[in-house]
Amino acid sequence: MTAIIEVQHLVKIFGEHRAVNDIHFVVEQGEVFGLLGPNGAGKSTTIKMLTTLLPPTSGKASVNGFDIVRSTTAVRHSIGYVPQALSADGNLTGFENLLIFAKLYDLPRSVRKTRAWEVLEYVGLTDAGNQLVRNYSGGMIRRLEVAQALLHQPRVLFLDEPTVGLDPVARQAIWDHLMKLRQESNMTILLTTHSMEEADSLCTRIGIMHRGQIAVIGTPDELKATVGGENPNLNDVFVYYAGDALESGGSYRETSRARRTARRLG
Amino acid sequence: MKLQEREGQRAGLAKNASGTLALPVRRSIFGNLVGKAWTIAEWEARKIRHDFTDLITRAVQPILWLLVFGEVFSHIRAIPTGNISYLEFMSPGILAQSVLFISIFAGIAIIWERDLGVIHKFLASPTPRVSLVIGKGLASGVRALPQAIVIYLLALILGVHMNFNPLCLLGTFVMVVLGAGCFSTFSLIIACLLKTRDRVMGIGQVLTMPMFFASNAIYPIAIMPSWLQVIARINPLTYVVDGLRTLMLTNTTSYTSLVPDFAVLIGVTIVLVALGAKLYPRIVQ
Repeated sequence: MTAIIEVQHLVKIFGEHRAVNDIHFVVEQGEVFGLLGPNGAGKSTTIKMLTTLLPPTSGKASVNGFDIVRSTTAVRHSIGYVPQALSADGNLTGFENLLIFAKLYDLPRSVRKTRAWEVLEYVGLTDAGNQLVRNYSGGMIRRLEVAQALLHQPRVLFLDEPTVGLDPVARQAIWDHLMKLRQESNMTILLTTHSMEEADSLCTRIGIMHRGQIAVIGTPDELKATVGGENPNLNDVFVYYAGDALESGGSYRETSRARRTARRLG
Repeated sequence: MKLQEREGQRAGLAKNASGTLALPVRRSIFGNLVGKAWTIAEWEARKIRHDFTDLITRAVQPILWLLVFGEVFSHIRAIPTGNISYLEFMSPGILAQSVLFISIFAGIAIIWERDLGVIHKFLASPTPRVSLVIGKGLASGVRALPQAIVIYLLALILGVHMNFNPLCLLGTFVMVVLGAGCFSTFSLIIACLLKTRDRVMGIGQVLTMPMFFASNAIYPIAIMPSWLQVIARINPLTYVVDGLRTLMLTNTTSYTSLVPDFAVLIGVTIVLVALGAKLYPRIVQ
């Protein structure tokens, strides 16, 4: 096994607030690593630092062997990123959305179109490829975004709460696609979620974040074992490690963003 | 062997993770920068192609200015415009005005895109920040160009004499794109600093009024009080109007004034783009 994401003493401070407070973890190639935690635990901040959107206050991290501060372009070429909000452009067709990103990711002209149709087929959107994304359902937009993140064959796929706001059917479809991807490609996936079910069914390993720190890391089974009791599930693990945070809830900004996403899905 | 491995993986779909990246095109730094700015502009052009109602509604305002304000002021002859009619004098000014109005609220679109997560994806892609900013500027230019066509058509209908020399037409289009790029980058910088729609809207409205009236768009600088003349001279819009007037009207005797007009605008735009590229990542932080 080779480490593909290495995080050492990573810290991010906003003003007085330590959003991420000295975390370290390693993700091996081919893992599906889940960052779990309540709203405001620092998951999104961590993912933003690893995807080079946010410079860390201190500490080090590398993705695919490239330092996230010094080798940003190499990191960006190595990763695919699906942000939390449904961000595909509704005024373009699915195919056009992909074409624009194929260009931004330096795909050679000769393969752009075929590659775009390939990934559309991969996520089951061949028939909808020439429709405006405005007419897609939430689940279809999410699949399109996964397709877009796969265009340039990244080494690591980052997904920030990939199924938030989706209905159960769409959520299941996304899970199926990610499972297929994992089996077929050995691609490394790092996702954030606050759904226990999602973490349990997708992730090979989970890190539970709480107040900017990683409270515990392990496989779903290991984590369940640490809690003890009869037939513990990940919900119990979650409450055990991040319980007091459930009361206080997430920040206003995160809540409003989740609502907006939900509205957009109608 | 490495190469074979790569080729094999490209044929496969997602079956690459254990291998190497797709072979990206190698381009010079400059080619990369320009090519990707062009891609961002293409994105906007494709949007317009699917839905051009926005272009039509935006054309209403300059038409009203020319038809109502222009006609009235032509008749009262209150403004000295030398040997040309007031409508002729005003037409390039109204084009410059619509370029300003289209571009100065570009920052609001940027904040909208931030909320949608589009900017996150752009910033996580290997696209130079400068390209993202220039691309947005070009995109505003794409939205402003149809205004130029509307003004030319309207001027034809109203019987205003316009210069249809192809080189001058080309110069007009370049000036429109440059002006749009300049003002929209300015708006982008405001958006990166203020970060909310309401604030950018407010500042935009506060700025457009003085920028428009403290310029030579609808009256010559010479009739202004001296303190206002100073402001008009440091107002980039004045240089857009001046350049457009030289390029669009038939009474132009010398084109030398285009040199300072373009020089000032290019200079200001370069500074704004550099600043914008520096600030752009802050919008998602």
